[in-house]
Amino acid sequence: MNLLGEDIVNENGEFVINMGPQHPSTHGVLHLKIWLQGETILRVQPHLGYIHRSIEKMSESLSYRNFIFATSRMDYLSAHINNLACALCVEQGLEVEVPERAKVIRLLMAELTRLSSHQLWWGSTGLDLGAVTPFFHAFREREGILEVIEETCGARLTQNYMVPGGVMMDLHPDFQRKTKAILKQVKEKISEYHELLSGNIIFQQRTQGVGYISPEDAVSFGMTGPCARASGVSCDVRKWYPYSGYEGVQFDEILETGGDCYARYQVRMKEMMQSVSIIEQLIDSIPEGEIQAKTKNVLKLPKGEFYQKVETARGELGVYIVSDGAASPYRVKYRSPNFSNLSAMSHMAKGAKIGDLVAIMATMDLIIPDIDR
Amino acid sequence: MLKDYFKTIFQAIQSLFTGMKLTGYYFTHLKEIQTEEYPDNRATLKMAERFRGEVIMPHNEDNEHRCTGCQACEIACPNGTIKIITKQEVLADGKKKKRIDSFIYHHDLCTLCNLCIVACPSDAIKMGQTFEHSVYDKKLLKKILNKPGSKLMEGVE
Ligand code: SF4
Ligand code: SF4
Repeated sequence: MNLLGEDIVNENGEFVINMGPQHPSTHGVLHLKIWLQGETILRVQPHLGYIHRSIEKMSESLSYRNFIFATSRMDYLSAHINNLACALCVEQGLEVEVPERAKVIRLLMAELTRLSSHQLWWGSTGLDLGAVTPFFHAFREREGILEVIEETCGARLTQNYMVPGGVMMDLHPDFQRKTKAILKQVKEKISEYHELLSGNIIFQQRTQGVGYISPEDAVSFGMTGPCARASGVSCDVRKWYPYSGYEGVQFDEILETGGDCYARYQVRMKEMMQSVSIIEQLIDSIPEGEIQAKTKNVLKLPKGEFYQKVETARGELGVYIVSDGAASPYRVKYRSPNFSNLSAMSHMAKGAKIGDLVAIMATMDLIIPDIDR
Repeated sequence: MLKDYFKTIFQAIQSLFTGMKLTGYYFTHLKEIQTEEYPDNRATLKMAERFRGEVIMPHNEDNEHRCTGCQACEIACPNGTIKIITKQEVLADGKKKKRIDSFIYHHDLCTLCNLCIVACPSDAIKMGQTFEHSVYDKKLLKKILNKPGSKLMEGVE
């Protein structure tokens, strides 16, 4: 009997347990109900809504300048990229041309965010799989990146730096020097990352062949981002539908074919290097000029529908705005990457051992506030 | 079969030592330490100059501020954090003018998004770099930013 008075073993002889909502390795308030046969997972059912803040509805009562800040609180590790998606969507409706300098600054910030997000993921993956040291190493580099971001934007996590028409403030005079220094450090230390975790035989055995998902299933579950690319599905929005100047930079879309936890791990490790290379291409050639296009005081989008998608650190984020011509959106909908990725979890975990569920969850890199919004 | 078994055990121990080597390196190289000893370093701790800790209203030495009471910040704030109460004041030349009575700032509601600062046409408010804001009573976070007896600076309209 559990606390609710239900039998822990149901009539089919299945053992039902709950993981979360306050389990340390669910990285937030995700509640998973797990049906087990012995130690083998039969199915997993996520229960959502513990951190629902109604960001979409809230956005509908705010003006086009104001609603952007709330998206920092969805996928908080990709706050810049979420803000960028909203700003781009509003600009699409206003038909303003963003100055070149602002575009480059936006790209730099987006890639720095991706880098820091992947680093946090690397640290927490190690932690989930029983290695504590990676966490500290990851935070060391992440701290450097956040310091650079903080100096320019004034905040470390919920920056609210993108405004319709450009960026809020100009770069800090130290930005270029410090960014180069941190990039150098990241490039040096990535080999340490591999030494610590990638090459570790215990880590490899816990991730290789675990949580497999085929490319067909990944597509039908609507998975995007590194999780889908680990199954060989080419879905990088930056490559397929370039936005904000991604068409002008050289980078590779990382694809793996394994489809298991180890492949997802490898994709993110390689993406870090791609982000480093993108920043290196741009950092010395930031054009001079305006950082914001001239916009009206009160923004009004014309009647119609606007959609913009971007690639966050976790996959494809879509912002859909319906406007009735007023000063605030009529309807806002976010298509968040984590929600779709989560839907594949039950499929991935079927037949795995209960200990593997932690590995699956770690390499899926779920951010719960992005699922619930 | 048995050989493989022992091989994996050996490999596991080997990769354990690889990791321990790195840990040992940092353990013996104190120069690489990155952590700060907060709160013992309060005297030397300096936040980034743009760090957003709270909204403040700078006053000059004559107890004058630049806020005209136009309420642009109140409209720009997404959370209703700012409330501006205005009053009519009779100036020296007998004209009536709108002046602020109190600039109420609910620090507990503020998301530190910077939108009010950007919206202010007369640079009356800015972000302060303080960050130790926890108090036992929520009421203490409701602040009145214009100092008692303060006036509008000359020349700001
Ligand atoms: S920083 Fe943002 S939330 Fe805080 S008072 Fe200003 S506009 Fe409002
Ligand atoms: S702080 Fe600035 S925007 Fe707000 S009422 Fe005063 S002058 Fe107007």
